[in-house]
Amino acid sequence: MIAFLWNLLLALAWVALTGDFSGSNFVVGYVIGYLVLYMAAWQMRLGNSYTRKVPRIIGFVLFFIYDLVKANLRVAYDVVTPTHQMRPGVVAIPLTVDRDAEITVLANLISVTPGTLSLDVSSDRKVLYIHAMYIDSEQELEDSIKALERRVMDILR
Amino acid sequence: MNEIVTSILLIGGALLMLVAAIGAVRMPDLPTRMHATTKAGALGGGLMVLAVATYFLEGSVTARALAVVVFIILTAPVAAHIIGRAGYFVGVPLWEGTIRDDLKDRYDPDSHILHSRDRTPPNS
Repeated sequence: MIAFLWNLLLALAWVALTGDFSGSNFVVGYVIGYLVLYMAAWQMRLGNSYTRKVPRIIGFVLFFIYDLVKANLRVAYDVVTPTHQMRPGVVAIPLTVDRDAEITVLANLISVTPGTLSLDVSSDRKVLYIHAMYIDSEQELEDSIKALERRVMDILR
Repeated sequence: MNEIVTSILLIGGALLMLVAAIGAVRMPDLPTRMHATTKAGALGGGLMVLAVATYFLEGSVTARALAVVVFIILTAPVAAHIIGRAGYFVGVPLWEGTIRDDLKDRYDPDSHILHSRDRTPPNS
């Protein structure tokens, strides 16, 4: 978190030195500041988690947009065609994450992805109940949720 | 070039919202209706706002458009989750094609505590 503030400070310094107070110039300064921090962390052999997290977050956003579009097309197909191919059901998914923030992010991501909707978390926070539209194989569904959970843990821990 | 991107985004957003509206009518029960409306509706609205941003190509408009997209993605799933949960609580029946219901009988009707496994073995 502190590294992120340093990065913002470097970006501000870049904006001040170039004298161009626009949003795009700020983004350029942010990228340059990130590269400086990355090299500093690499040079001093710091286990700096910030510089490793930024590419992961970008990768996660791209992966998520791809997932979103793919699942949206599937639901749209089922809405438009006359027969229902879906096999819906409520499934209990055991949770590995245990912090409130992580569960919130995971539940929100599950809800944003079409075809899955998180209904509730058990009171002891061990199980997340989701409503899924396509339960072709329960193992496959659980694996995809677990993959999402691993990515959430990668970013938040 | 810019106009082509704008029109593609606008048409895509409108189509997604149309699909959401049809889904709200056609889907058989409450959770599947939530599936159809929240995601397609949210993504459709997001595409519309992005179309506005690409049409104007101004810093202030783009910043506001991105803020709108972020807030749509933050709020839509929370609303869907609360409506779905409330629907389950008051006993809205699920579609007869539903193949599985792990949540059944796991709510404590008085304290609203949700258990992570069956409280009583199903055969007793």
